[in-house]
Amino acid sequence: MSVNPDLAGRTFPPVAPYLVGREKIREFARATASTSPLSLDPEAARKAGYADVVAPPTFAIVVQESTLQQLLAEPDAGIDFSRVVHGDQRFTYTRPIVAGDELTATLTVAGVKSLGGHSMVTAESVMVDGAGAHVVTAVSTLVVRGDE
Amino acid sequence: MSAALEVGAVVAEKTLTLTRDSLVRYAGASGDFNPIHYRDDVATSVGLPGVLAHGMLTMGVAVQPVVDWLASESGPGVGGWVADYQVRFTRPVVVDPETGAELTISAKLGQVDEAAKTARVDLTVTFDGQTVLGKAQVRVAWA
Repeated sequence: MSVNPDLAGRTFPPVAPYLVGREKIREFARATASTSPLSLDPEAARKAGYADVVAPPTFAIVVQESTLQQLLAEPDAGIDFSRVVHGDQRFTYTRPIVAGDELTATLTVAGVKSLGGHSMVTAESVMVDGAGAHVVTAVSTLVVRGDE
Repeated sequence: MSAALEVGAVVAEKTLTLTRDSLVRYAGASGDFNPIHYRDDVATSVGLPGVLAHGMLTMGVAVQPVVDWLASESGPGVGGWVADYQVRFTRPVVVDPETGAELTISAKLGQVDEAAKTARVDLTVTFDGQTVLGKAQVRVAWA
């Protein structure tokens, strides 16, 4: 089975809104060796002008994950998860994520490329807050290794 | 604004060790429970040299020295934050069950726009003498 080239350009339905919790941010911060008071201490975050603790820069992957599951579960995608390797990752923020945000993510397959027997699928997840304003776009390139 | 921002200046450096505990903790925090990140038998069965750190864990810890720099006295100014962050995963980080994996992170100013109050910080992340992230760039902004 190989990756379906027709995936390119496909947009998936938005996933259920993700409510960003303070303790989840703290847990993620500790797991990524963050010692930033902005991510751990609501008082420090408020003093710096944020409504609550600020998520570390890679936190959006937690929300993006559910959109990638949509892609992997797509019946005609042809993506064998056991052959998937993370190729690259990017986060582009309009503002930082803070506790209390309710993020809704929508996945679009930005491109499918073949290279030397492997396929590269670029998945772009756009996340907006409860007011519909853009917060972050997370872009992952998944490399699906071909048969060896 | 504190010190002058000079392209080429190293703004942060850090060495840290990822252990199997770190991987389990990250699996829980991120929701990525792929067993290649905590089970030797599974890692071996799919042809890997051992249990690997999540690429996203390496990406996550690599940016923290920049986050700390942004909030420090030597940082670019108040309200500093990471507006854009990208990496390419070029080499796996094999985490030894006993000794873990030592990562060395160096963050260097690649580009500065004082008027727009933005800068690009380039990260070099090495494990076992080789870089493990390619094109690791952090775009920072301040007030």
